[in-house]
Amino acid sequence: MAGLTSDLGHELSVLDKLCSISWGLVLLVFIAAACGIAELYSAADGDMQPWAATQMVRFGIALVPMIGAALLGIRHWFRAAYWMYAVALALVVAVDLRGFVGMGARRWIDLGLIQLQPSSLMNIALVLALARYFHARSDEDIARLRYLIPPALMVLIPAMLVLKQPDLGTAIMLLITGAALFFIAGVRLRFFALMALGAAAAVPAGWHFLRDYQKNRIYTFLDPESDPLGAGYHILQSKIALGSGGFFGRGFLNGSQSHLSFLPEKQTDFIFTTLAEEFGFVGGFGLLALYTLMIGYGFVIALRCRSHFGRLLGLGIVTNFSLYVFINTAMVMGLIPVVGVPLPLISYGGTAMLAVMFGFGLLLNVGVHRDDHLGPKGETQLG
Amino acid sequence: MRRDTLRQKLFTRRAAILAGGQGLLLAAIGGRMYQLQILDSERYTVLADENRISLRLIAPVRGRILDRFGIALAENQQNYHLVVVPEQAGDVAATLDALGALIEVSETDRRRVLREMRRKHSFVPIVVRANLGWDEMARIEVAIPELPGLSIDQGVTRRYPFGETTAHVVGYVAAVSDQELDGDPLLEMPDFRIGKSGVEKSQDLELRGTAGTSQVEVNALGRVVRELARVAGKPGRDAVTSLDMAMQEFVTRRCSSEQSVACVLLDAVTGDILALVSSPSFDPVPFSTGLTSAMWQELANDPRKPLSNKVIAGVYPPGSTFKPVVASAALTAGVLTPQTSFTCPGYLQFGNATFHCWRHGGHGTLRLHDAIKKSCDVFFYETARRVGIDRLAAMARRFGFGDLVGVGIPGERPGLIPSREWKFATSGSAWTQGETLIAGIGQGSVLATPLQLATMVARLVTGRAVTPRLVRPEGLMRPGGTPAPDFPFLGLHPQTIALVLDGMNAVVNEQGGTAFAARIREPGFAMGGKSGTSQVRHISDYERSRGARKARQIPWKQRDHALFLAFAPVGAPRYVCATVVEHGGNSGGGGSAVAAPICRDVLLEVQRRDPARRVPGENGVAIDDTVPNRAGVPGG
Repeated sequence: MAGLTSDLGHELSVLDKLCSISWGLVLLVFIAAACGIAELYSAADGDMQPWAATQMVRFGIALVPMIGAALLGIRHWFRAAYWMYAVALALVVAVDLRGFVGMGARRWIDLGLIQLQPSSLMNIALVLALARYFHARSDEDIARLRYLIPPALMVLIPAMLVLKQPDLGTAIMLLITGAALFFIAGVRLRFFALMALGAAAAVPAGWHFLRDYQKNRIYTFLDPESDPLGAGYHILQSKIALGSGGFFGRGFLNGSQSHLSFLPEKQTDFIFTTLAEEFGFVGGFGLLALYTLMIGYGFVIALRCRSHFGRLLGLGIVTNFSLYVFINTAMVMGLIPVVGVPLPLISYGGTAMLAVMFGFGLLLNVGVHRDDHLGPKGETQLG
Repeated sequence: MRRDTLRQKLFTRRAAILAGGQGLLLAAIGGRMYQLQILDSERYTVLADENRISLRLIAPVRGRILDRFGIALAENQQNYHLVVVPEQAGDVAATLDALGALIEVSETDRRRVLREMRRKHSFVPIVVRANLGWDEMARIEVAIPELPGLSIDQGVTRRYPFGETTAHVVGYVAAVSDQELDGDPLLEMPDFRIGKSGVEKSQDLELRGTAGTSQVEVNALGRVVRELARVAGKPGRDAVTSLDMAMQEFVTRRCSSEQSVACVLLDAVTGDILALVSSPSFDPVPFSTGLTSAMWQELANDPRKPLSNKVIAGVYPPGSTFKPVVASAALTAGVLTPQTSFTCPGYLQFGNATFHCWRHGGHGTLRLHDAIKKSCDVFFYETARRVGIDRLAAMARRFGFGDLVGVGIPGERPGLIPSREWKFATSGSAWTQGETLIAGIGQGSVLATPLQLATMVARLVTGRAVTPRLVRPEGLMRPGGTPAPDFPFLGLHPQTIALVLDGMNAVVNEQGGTAFAARIREPGFAMGGKSGTSQVRHISDYERSRGARKARQIPWKQRDHALFLAFAPVGAPRYVCATVVEHGGNSGGGGSAVAAPICRDVLLEVQRRDPARRVPGENGVAIDDTVPNRAGVPGG
């Protein structure tokens, strides 16, 4: 177990590791989850059932993989990165093959205890795999196109599979997260120009992958007032809820739009609306500030890490997290089309909670092992 | 190591750019929140309230329709429906089974409830049975704790206590048709009823009242969460008609002895219509609740026209009842004096046409008094010739002919007073003097409604342009009386009126008058009047040569109409009655035989009751003790 030695030559004990965990970030996670549980209580008309209690239990359970992920040696994650990617990809394929058909979209695998949504795990696995790939590449490698083809496929294959499910939101998240990792890995800007051209060429082809309801959402986004009782209804009701919240909100348990069922999916994708209706600009902005704090914390942790793998992993996870926040809030405010992305730590949902907490675990891990050196193949390098 | 620092620098720069990008995105979100929640907040708050607040109308209570003494002719009746709310009932089928043990639930009702249940939201009540009886109510009330989801709902239906007797005057209400929607949201309420005929229609706006509103909070499915505010509506105002229900019932019973009668009774001074009867009548209830096509066919095809209000919509040649108008025109024009005499040989030769008098042998030489009394046609041919159609038509219009009376219920017809212009416009040929002669005995093109005939008599006896009315804007009869409407004078010389009324007195009260047999013998109650017969079909010379046929030889539809106009008391006229018995002629004596006895009985009764001067609360105003049995009324 040579891996459990630090650059100083002696092992960090579990206690040492526990002490070096960024407990401030953990506290922020707790605060965000508490906000979510409170809002789920309100969404159920002031009842712990059916959502708040379940969400609380899930949070408690998800703490275990979070802390576990933080404590395990970073080189183990390095080694497991491709394996985890392979498992996540296999799960996505499995969903494509024999997934549960719900909401006109196949996104679930029923594991009995929870309904697993592999596409949200795919985000973390992709970050891990790309971080490992770019860790091992020298600057010269990165400047060459042929070294960029394998990581491009690592992004595109799951993105296409997820798009086919069809889950437009996660597909976009995978693409942007992948692109962000390419960017911070130091890929030359001319390759990004090339990718942009390729993406432009792929848009007409991708359009065919979209289901009718997804196309409608995009049409609706382009002209929301055209069909206020049809596809534009949800987004209009969401804007009304947000706007009527005003500065201080309508008060806890008093949001008329959510409580009178004018809001769709008030416990999942539209929970930010529910919250901002009841707590107003103050509450919504406060939550946004909380997220910003968490993202900033993540950046600091990632940048303080010495290993390239750890920095890439940390920034990838933070970027992924902020994408969740941005896409969800922009969607409920009518800035982008409705694509079905949950609000991390707040929305009701098991897999998303698990994936986000696991991601935070890896981020904490980067912080704990910030001084670990990893060779190109993950071997311990003594400084 | 240098390479590492380069890589480090690139990484740091890129990470800063990434952080900046994410910061920008979050700032965009914050800006959008500021726009929605601060800048546009007011607009969205209004939209949110529009979403959740729904304005529900509360139907006002419809005003009643009363007779002049306050007896209800149309009122509202509470009725009770059994409703089920599926979400409270749980298993609706089981609830209906349990209900079936208490009251009868038909298979069709059962299927309808289950069908509606699938179509509607589960919180919407569904009517299981409408119009519960008292014993059914009692049985359900006792068992209601064991019948979850069932409740008894109150509703209101329109009730017409006198049914057929007042159907033509009061009319009926029914569901609003698309053409009647006028923007009043009340009309769009389910189950709202609107006046379709009679006073119900003409006074609809007054009777309807204004809707109250209830502000309720609803959710996205339309379920009412709670009531926020309530504004009470204004109930409809009662409409007071001029009818005296006792007289209306009396006249209805009296008219039932004939097949088809129109009879109207006026207070000549105020124009109040005390009774308006078009017999046979119809039951208004099915018109409100739904008429079957068989019932409709039967009513529509009945030759006695029960659906038509013959008093205002039946147009008849007035026949000899028109003669007082001709006499008034001639006296006013100065072409006739009380001393002017003509000889009647039974016909009048004019040009190359022969105009017959109703009396084959003629009346000999007579003056105006006897000409009215005996209704001599030849006298009035000659009089009309001297007056000319222009002056005759003008006088007829002064008496209210040829135009709508404006009585206050829909369906009136104007009748017709012919003139040169009318003739030319309709046929293209010039007026002939022969037509003036025919008009002189109220035949030819002259058409009038029974109401116009009564109006004529009211105007004659008062000398004023009396306009009959069915609705009393001043309300119920009050102690101390209400001032009579101030009708303008007609402009007739009192002498003219006196001469014509004298003739009409003689018709009834002098030996040899056409209606002497129908005179009122009770002292102080005597009436004056004028009989008339209007031909339904032309009498050919061949038939005339064979002599008059017996009534029973002629099909009912071809028999003449019998008319009688009367006023009483003859010394100081107050009440006017006009009666038209459709196809009641040809029994000898024309209007005198069947129509005059009706007028006599009606006028005698109305003078005894004297509803023009009575006020509520006085003895004898209640209906039952004042209407004599039909057995006591001589048949017509």
